[in-house]
Amino acid sequence: MSLAEFMQHLVNGTSLGSLYALIAIGYTMVYGILRLINFAHGDIFMMGTYLAYYGILFTPIPWYLVFILAPLLTGLLGLVLEKLAYKPMRGSPRITILISAIGASFLLQNFGILVFGGRPKAFPIPGILDTTLTVSGVSVDLISIIIPIITIALLVILNFFIKKTKTGMAMRALAKDFETASLMGININGIISIVFFIGSFLAAVGGIMWGIKYPQLMPTMGVVPGLKCFIAAVIGGIGNITGAVLGGFILGLGEILLIAFLPNLTGYRDAFAFVLLIVILLVRPTGLLGEKTSEKV
Amino acid sequence: MKDKKVLKYLILIIVSLVVLAILNNVLDSYQRRIVNLCAVYIILGLSMNLVNGFTGLFSLGQAGFMAVGAYTVSILTMTRQMKEMNFYMKPMMPFLLNLSSLNISFLPAYVNDFIWFLFALLMGGILAALFGLLVGAPVLKLTDDYLAIATLGFSEIIRIVIINLQTVTNGALGLKGIPVKTHLLWSWSIAILTIVFISLLMKGSYGKAFKAIREDEIAAKSMGINLFKHKVMSFSLGSFFAGVGGGLLAVSIGTIDPTLFKFALTFNILLIVVIGGMGNIWGTVASAIVVTIAMEALRFLDEPMNLGFMKTDALPGLRMVVFSLILMLVIIFKKDNALKANFERIRGRYAKN
Repeated sequence: MSLAEFMQHLVNGTSLGSLYALIAIGYTMVYGILRLINFAHGDIFMMGTYLAYYGILFTPIPWYLVFILAPLLTGLLGLVLEKLAYKPMRGSPRITILISAIGASFLLQNFGILVFGGRPKAFPIPGILDTTLTVSGVSVDLISIIIPIITIALLVILNFFIKKTKTGMAMRALAKDFETASLMGININGIISIVFFIGSFLAAVGGIMWGIKYPQLMPTMGVVPGLKCFIAAVIGGIGNITGAVLGGFILGLGEILLIAFLPNLTGYRDAFAFVLLIVILLVRPTGLLGEKTSEKV
Repeated sequence: MKDKKVLKYLILIIVSLVVLAILNNVLDSYQRRIVNLCAVYIILGLSMNLVNGFTGLFSLGQAGFMAVGAYTVSILTMTRQMKEMNFYMKPMMPFLLNLSSLNISFLPAYVNDFIWFLFALLMGGILAALFGLLVGAPVLKLTDDYLAIATLGFSEIIRIVIINLQTVTNGALGLKGIPVKTHLLWSWSIAILTIVFISLLMKGSYGKAFKAIREDEIAAKSMGINLFKHKVMSFSLGSFFAGVGGGLLAVSIGTIDPTLFKFALTFNILLIVVIGGMGNIWGTVASAIVVTIAMEALRFLDEPMNLGFMKTDALPGLRMVVFSLILMLVIIFKKDNALKANFERIRGRYAKN
């Protein structure tokens, strides 16, 4: 493999990793506070991409505004989903909540098939973004470079929000100890809504960039990325945002480099994430950056 | 008292077998297929209930184990000509291609066939159980949602391996022309065996240990229950029945391919278990029948509808939207034991005392 090819794979891996990281944040924030795998998160990602698709093709709104409006709407969708599917279940056994989440995921998927149609659709890529750059023999899509930049910018903002604002402090308190925090006068429902909004917003941003990079939309497109991003969150240590980002990059780069170096294993690409998940769960169940917790009797 | 109960169940079994034998001659092939599917889903629902409902291990790997069973049974029972026709992209492994069914000369053909099919089904179950053992041993120390994701991951891995092992499974093309066994007594007698087995298992000491683990792992451990042994046992048994169910599914529909064994299949079984009630045998049986028939009966939802005042276009997906909604409503409003609670309410209304 020449250096140019390797660089190309590296760029592709980084941009895929950034997308995984963006989606994984939603999983990890929700899990950190509610101890719930938001099974429908991958489908929220799908909804965000479809919203952008319809926004560009069927409304007169210019594409750059659509790219802001669609994530905002998706954020609201995430918030509503929490109110309808997860809030009534609060306090039930974790398995019961998980089943509700699985139900929500199937509902969104089939809603997608019903409303958007089961046939694949091509994402309308704005002309300005649809270019390929060639730098000293390495040719990469413009979007592959934009993705990591936007991801990093969003991560910086998110980090500031969580570390420096009062709402962010409340989130950290809830993640640390749900019950004590709720006794301290924190508006739990409000904070949880904000968490779902942020997670879904980021997933939709990821979804739009995903649509530009891999422009084929299907109602089931969120399933595999959703599972993989959950795995990314587990690898990094679920509940830990830095961990989710780290896990996302490990998974994205690992996947692309695996098929670059071992083309024979291309068919097993999707299995890579699951194998990694099982290895991590066995060797270090708390993930790379997760804190160790012990079970109380 | 106890003998009376056993007698009651024996009569029930015999009556249902007779009814099924009659039904087999009355129903057309489409209806027979649905009744067969009911039996298959009873087996699958019970196998998931054993692991999820009785032992409290939330496993989502059902579809993977079913795939193992379905492919084993199909490869064992398909004729050589059928295999050659299927494997036109890449030839099948010679060993599997040459695998021929039992042929004992002094026995009539149908007896040979009967024994070989039972053997194939058993092999399907055993292979699935072996996979369950392999998967379960490392991941069963995980709890709750981690276990769910890990088992879901394994089920996906099995599916991906099936897609890639072209010389064994014919890859994404799947297998067609599996000799079908549509006689109702096949699937139903195995379903009845499963019901009896699981009921007896849950009455015995193993069943009590499983339930103890579900209620409180730490308490169970301190009472001297070997957690690991019982969890692996429950998981492998669940996989065994999933494999048998998968094999029966293959011979009742006649074609299988890897897309059949996606997570959606596990979802259907989960739906049955949730509606029937976690850890409830008769609830699972009833809901398996209700859900399977409803899945077919509600097919009209996907088709164009004439509502009198307006006509709708074909709406593919509406049926599954309805089922997802049912699952969520049941889980939100009833939490668990949905059917049982309703049955009890009805029974309470008409009971004398």
